[in-house]
Amino acid sequence: MKLVTSPNLANADGVYEKLIALHHGLDEEESMRVNARLILLLINHIGDADIVSEAIRHAGLGTQQN
Amino acid sequence: MGSMNPVNWRERVPVWKAIEASPLPAGAPSEKAKIVIVGTGLVGLAQAIDLGQRGHDVVVLGRFDFIPLGSKAICFSKRSLDILDRLGVGEQSVERGVVWNVGKVFWKEERAPVYQFDMLPVKNQKMPGFINIQQYYLEEMLIARAMELPNVDIRWGHDVTAIDPGEGSVGVEVASAAGGYHIDAEWLIACDGNKSTIRELMGLDFEGRVFEDNFLIADVKMKGERPSERWFWFDPPFNPGKSVLLHKQPDDVWRIDFQLGWNIDREACIRPENVDPLIRAMLGQDVEYEQEWYSVYTFQCRRMARFVHGRVLFAGDSAHLVSPFGARGCNGGFADIDNLGWKLDLILRGEADASLLESYNEEAIATADENILNSTRSTDFITPKSKISTIFRDAVLELSGEVPFAQGLVNSGRLSTAVSYSGSALNTPDGEDWQGKGIAPGSPALDAPLDEGWLLERLGGRFVLLTNGDPGFAVPGVETIDLSSISNAARALERHDLTPGAAILIRPDHYVAARWKSPTAAAVAGALARAKGALPS
Repeated sequence: MKLVTSPNLANADGVYEKLIALHHGLDEEESMRVNARLILLLINHIGDADIVSEAIRHAGLGTQQN
Repeated sequence: MGSMNPVNWRERVPVWKAIEASPLPAGAPSEKAKIVIVGTGLVGLAQAIDLGQRGHDVVVLGRFDFIPLGSKAICFSKRSLDILDRLGVGEQSVERGVVWNVGKVFWKEERAPVYQFDMLPVKNQKMPGFINIQQYYLEEMLIARAMELPNVDIRWGHDVTAIDPGEGSVGVEVASAAGGYHIDAEWLIACDGNKSTIRELMGLDFEGRVFEDNFLIADVKMKGERPSERWFWFDPPFNPGKSVLLHKQPDDVWRIDFQLGWNIDREACIRPENVDPLIRAMLGQDVEYEQEWYSVYTFQCRRMARFVHGRVLFAGDSAHLVSPFGARGCNGGFADIDNLGWKLDLILRGEADASLLESYNEEAIATADENILNSTRSTDFITPKSKISTIFRDAVLELSGEVPFAQGLVNSGRLSTAVSYSGSALNTPDGEDWQGKGIAPGSPALDAPLDEGWLLERLGGRFVLLTNGDPGFAVPGVETIDLSSISNAARALERHDLTPGAAILIRPDHYVAARWKSPTAAAVAGALARAKGALPS
């Protein structure tokens, strides 16, 4: 596993608050669009296909396909 | 004997140019042949020329006695042009075709492209990144070239009705207007297209995905001052929510592809009164144009599990199909015949065992899989299959106008380039550290200026040891070309990282088989044997 799953973020509460605030007042479609932009930006920043693949796998846990 | 009456294909398929149907061959009602190629499309003709140039007698069976009209392949890649050049029609193809290197991608009503690419990043090569040319023009050129070869016998209007694949030969029943006859063929190459009769007669599989979207091809003739570039729109105002592709062909003909969606009336979609509003919305209400060809297509990404079935070999669309995004259909077919020709040549000459064909199976399937993978990904980007995939696609397009990284994700078709066979059993792995420079085994040699001409012209269609300096030995079956003794070789040396004393073994299809910083006769002979299918010692 290259994906960091232990606590790794200072001011996690503040970042989480910003994430929720990003969606404030948006309808579902706009929220999906903004989330897609955010995911694409973060994936590029991570810049490691293995880590992204591990995150994709983990994110899919518990869904019908996984 | 082929007793069935042949179909009158002129009543079913639009004719571009009629060709007189061929009479019964001298050997009828029963003859022997070394090589029978089924299909007179681009792939069959190219294979016939390749084997004919290598000195083999080739019989080509074509069910049509004409060159068909219709919008088919138009985009031919640099790699295909290199192959066509070896077959003697490269220069005239480029002269007749529309050369292009640049592709632009547009989104919505934005006039500036969100992304653009160049298909020929390495300049100073004989052939351009791409040409567009109507398939019938290229077929006409290949027919003329094949007719220069006395050992190539094209039989027009001769249709295969049955085959009997045996251990030592393949029995072929042929029907023609002049009567039926039988051929006992040593080898049969099926280049008979996506609805391959040979594949069907043999009951072979053809598996993969079928895409449920429809595209309208409108080939229209119009005067206009547009650059020779590939222009692709996502969600433009003139086809909301869908895609459009615009491409120039010779004779002021433009190919326009409109994505139509799922539930459509295919007959209605190609009526001129229904196509006209789409064209005017795109090109202006007062645009003057003539209809050349309208049709609707859906597409599939499929291939056979194997391309080699004993003495029956499949090449081109008979073996694999892709979506058109990326121009990977016919270009993939040319890659097949380029790979197969020299191998069959060696087998027929007794210089290689028939097991060498297993490497055709592997390498051609590697090419087909890469083409299918790329065209499937493009198709999923162009025609998203769910709401969330549409949202991601649009987010990519939106971001590509804001930040550079997203441009690399824009996928309007990853256009055909040569496929590398990095895992091929014919490669001799590097024994030295080339530090990522040059061309590794399994990839094609890169063209460069050489003397008054070009490197790839010099390589021809045989095994070549390309060196920088006299290696001091010669290996039978390999022609040594010492670049240090030829003028204007700097780029050729640099592109292959040929430092003084180094050498590269290049296959007849221009793929690198092995390379050495300090070659020995034994090492070259060993790599040659391996490239001809011998197991490494």
